[in-house]
Amino acid sequence: MKVILRTPHKEERELAGPMTVRELLERLDLDPEGVIVARGRELLTLDARVEDGDTVEVIRAISGGGA
Amino acid sequence: MNCSVCGAPAQVEVRRRNRAFCAEHYRAWFVGETRRNLGRHRMIRPGDRVLVAVSGGKDSLVLWDTLAKLGHPATGFHIQLGIGGYSERALVTTEAFARERGLELIVVDVRESFGLTVPQLAEVTGRKACSGCGLSKRYLMNRVAEEEGFDVVATGHNLDDEAATLLGNVSHWQLDALVRQGPMLEGREGLARRVKPLYTFTEREVAAYAFLAGIEYQHEECPHAEGAKSLLYKDVLNRLETRMPGTKQVFLEQYLKKVQPVLQEGLAEGEVELRRCERCGQVTTGAVCAHCKLWDRAYARAKKRRLLPEDGRFDPRPRVHRLEPANEA
Repeated sequence: MKVILRTPHKEERELAGPMTVRELLERLDLDPEGVIVARGRELLTLDARVEDGDTVEVIRAISGGGA
Repeated sequence: MNCSVCGAPAQVEVRRRNRAFCAEHYRAWFVGETRRNLGRHRMIRPGDRVLVAVSGGKDSLVLWDTLAKLGHPATGFHIQLGIGGYSERALVTTEAFARERGLELIVVDVRESFGLTVPQLAEVTGRKACSGCGLSKRYLMNRVAEEEGFDVVATGHNLDDEAATLLGNVSHWQLDALVRQGPMLEGREGLARRVKPLYTFTEREVAAYAFLAGIEYQHEECPHAEGAKSLLYKDVLNRLETRMPGTKQVFLEQYLKKVQPVLQEGLAEGEVELRRCERCGQVTTGAVCAHCKLWDRAYARAKKRRLLPEDGRFDPRPRVHRLEPANEA
């Protein structure tokens, strides 16, 4: 599956599925409390399954400065 | 996992509340919680004019969106800090948001108003960029609110921001800051009321709302935020939150409920006497406010380095620009 990371710099990775979102974040070494995970226009909870053909976006939620 | 309200597949889990929501019910829950926060602290009162501080990031745009949905069409206030392309993109995002929703926006450019960008100010004064930035923001928010007749300044601080600030203040026992910290700071003569209607939502929850409400915000981080202590505090708190959901909420809410009243009573020495700055007329505790002192120092140094003309003198009046929704229609 294609994983697009916006943490916050955009980066793309290819990972083999299927797996749950929780397992995906463990593989990426990301704290689930600091990100949201989307497939298209849909947000995914930690127990949702993602498949090989999916494109998943991982968006960083934490910010530390103001514009 | 299914929505606690309708049973449809859930898109957001709020573990600290042991609930999950589909997109529609998450948006409704978020707006409803914001309404409860506003009411619990009487943050916005009938007839109030509200100025919302807008950076272009998710928190401030979500706040602006939510206030409008709740019948408080606040005027946005954006400060152009001059941090290169980052600030330029923040303005583009903020203006697009205002235009799409027909909201009024006020913009002040720090360099146009005062002669130097925030990074230049940091360089000539030798202070960290975040220090001059924070001071400029607080000064401009209050000054513009007073001069433009706003009763309330709303900011997008969320639970992670507040819990991280609390952890930082507790780590250093910053009693003055601990006494003041809270979701609402009542206004005084010359000082608008300051409110934080999103203070009970985690950053993840705010980001989830922004995504599901289709809000286009600036994902990019301020280049000066790298290595910021606030990010370290947030990281530590999130590790605890992942293992023990609700940690951030309990840490902040129980502090406000159980500890702050005791501190406030113990440190009660009456309100600090305020006066008007001799230089700019804004409310301060000394003869000259911290903002004027900083910029006077910056001007002296910048002139030596020929960054400003020899006869240049700091003028504290901001140049205010308006994006009127009616003109954009």
